[in-house]
Amino acid sequence: MNKEELLSRLKVIVSNYTQNKEALDSINEDTDFLKDLKINSANLVDVVLDVEEEFGIEIDNLSMEKMLSVRAAIEIIENKLHEAGRE
Amino acid sequence: MANRVVVTGLGIVAPNGVGIPMFIEAIKNGRSGIKYHSQLQDLQFSCQIAGRPELSTELISSCFTELELRNFNSEGILYGIIAGIEAWKNAGLSLEREEDPDWDSGTIFGAGTSGIEKFREAIYKIDEKQVRKLGSNAVMQTMASGVSAYLGGKLGLGNQVSTNSSACTTGAESVLIAFERIQSGKAKRMLAGSTSDGGPYIWAGFDAMKVCTYKHNETPERGSRPMSLSASGFVPACGAGALLLESLDSAVERGAVIYAEVLGGHINSGGQRGTGTMTAPNSKAVQNCISSALKNTGLHADQIDVINGHLTATIMDSTEIRNWCTALGRSGEHFPYINALKGMTGHGLSASGSMECVASVLQIAEGFLFPNINCEDLHPDIAAQIDPQKIPLHYHPHPIEYLAKASFGFGDVNACIIFKKYRS
Repeated sequence: MNKEELLSRLKVIVSNYTQNKEALDSINEDTDFLKDLKINSANLVDVVLDVEEEFGIEIDNLSMEKMLSVRAAIEIIENKLHEAGRE
Repeated sequence: MANRVVVTGLGIVAPNGVGIPMFIEAIKNGRSGIKYHSQLQDLQFSCQIAGRPELSTELISSCFTELELRNFNSEGILYGIIAGIEAWKNAGLSLEREEDPDWDSGTIFGAGTSGIEKFREAIYKIDEKQVRKLGSNAVMQTMASGVSAYLGGKLGLGNQVSTNSSACTTGAESVLIAFERIQSGKAKRMLAGSTSDGGPYIWAGFDAMKVCTYKHNETPERGSRPMSLSASGFVPACGAGALLLESLDSAVERGAVIYAEVLGGHINSGGQRGTGTMTAPNSKAVQNCISSALKNTGLHADQIDVINGHLTATIMDSTEIRNWCTALGRSGEHFPYINALKGMTGHGLSASGSMECVASVLQIAEGFLFPNINCEDLHPDIAAQIDPQKIPLHYHPHPIEYLAKASFGFGDVNACIIFKKYRS
């Protein structure tokens, strides 16, 4: 799975939680979930659950804490897919 | 000096009418909201009829964001928010989002439980060792104060935001707590109301206690029969009622429409002494609650024109009538008019008091008595105490100056409110 495809699937997930639709339109690897997308911090766990379901992976607590930006999310998803041998 | 308190907004989600216009029409025409529910039969309930409001998707999405509705499964919060927002808008108040909260407005919005369906969902996940899959929204939907917390955010309330809980007294109690806060000058506006979850997980306990009727599964609309000889238990229901209480000064300043004045009332408990138990009222306490309400409002018992009773359609109805007779010192033809909303809505449990307060205020504002449906065979014990003419079976216009509303609940708790026609 290439980065573009990953990003577009991630975009669909975060679109349910963002309170800043403009930042969503210009989403890129540098986009921060809290600062740019204005996602309520309580909803970060929901983003993680949706990512798990979308990609069929399980995200551990440590990775979960780091998943605060698009870049971190993509990195974590890639790693988990790699571990599962499903790149 | 104590502030006078008036009602400037109303909202309702009742089994027989969602929204004030539909509800007024329903209660004037004696329309029942009781239906047969196959789910209750499938689950082998004895009582398979219930009152559950029907909400359109449009109405729900006008009160909640898409994000809020993701994994949302709390019926009580849903009803409470819809009724609360209606009362707020009905009072002519704005839903515009301001930077600062409105320090002068708060809410006392009661509930018996919160998000019982959500809780059930969560319990299954927890037992399957899937705690993390609960996501972020299990707490706000299942915390007792969920309904007031959601309302506080939607309305930007900056005064007290709280949930009271006192079983079937909850709704009447919320009005009196809110009243006192405005009367004492601590708030200008309080959204008072209450809500109840519905469905099998709420109603099962009552079914098991054999306090619900099982004799009307084939005739649901005839099932809820307050004061009737053939009353055989209450019909479970759910919903929400909301009243925007406001200081008279604030209402006049805003040029708000005033539905009625809240004169005050009383809240007490029978301490589960005498005839009182966890589930039955101490009659002495009921009488004390009514007479204290009169005393607190400076009224004489003869001034009460109309009573809106608790009257659930159990054997306790005639006891309630006796308590009113004793407390007011009035019986026979001297007894006030009395009616019971539960004939049309069933027993909305923690929501019943506020739905009935809404019906009471509407009767005062428009000057009418709604019919006591399913009471064509008045219980002889009641007929022996009061003139049957005082229990209207049909709608009729009737000017009301003072109305007494009482609610009683498990735990031997009571509340009695006196509403008055507003005159400037």
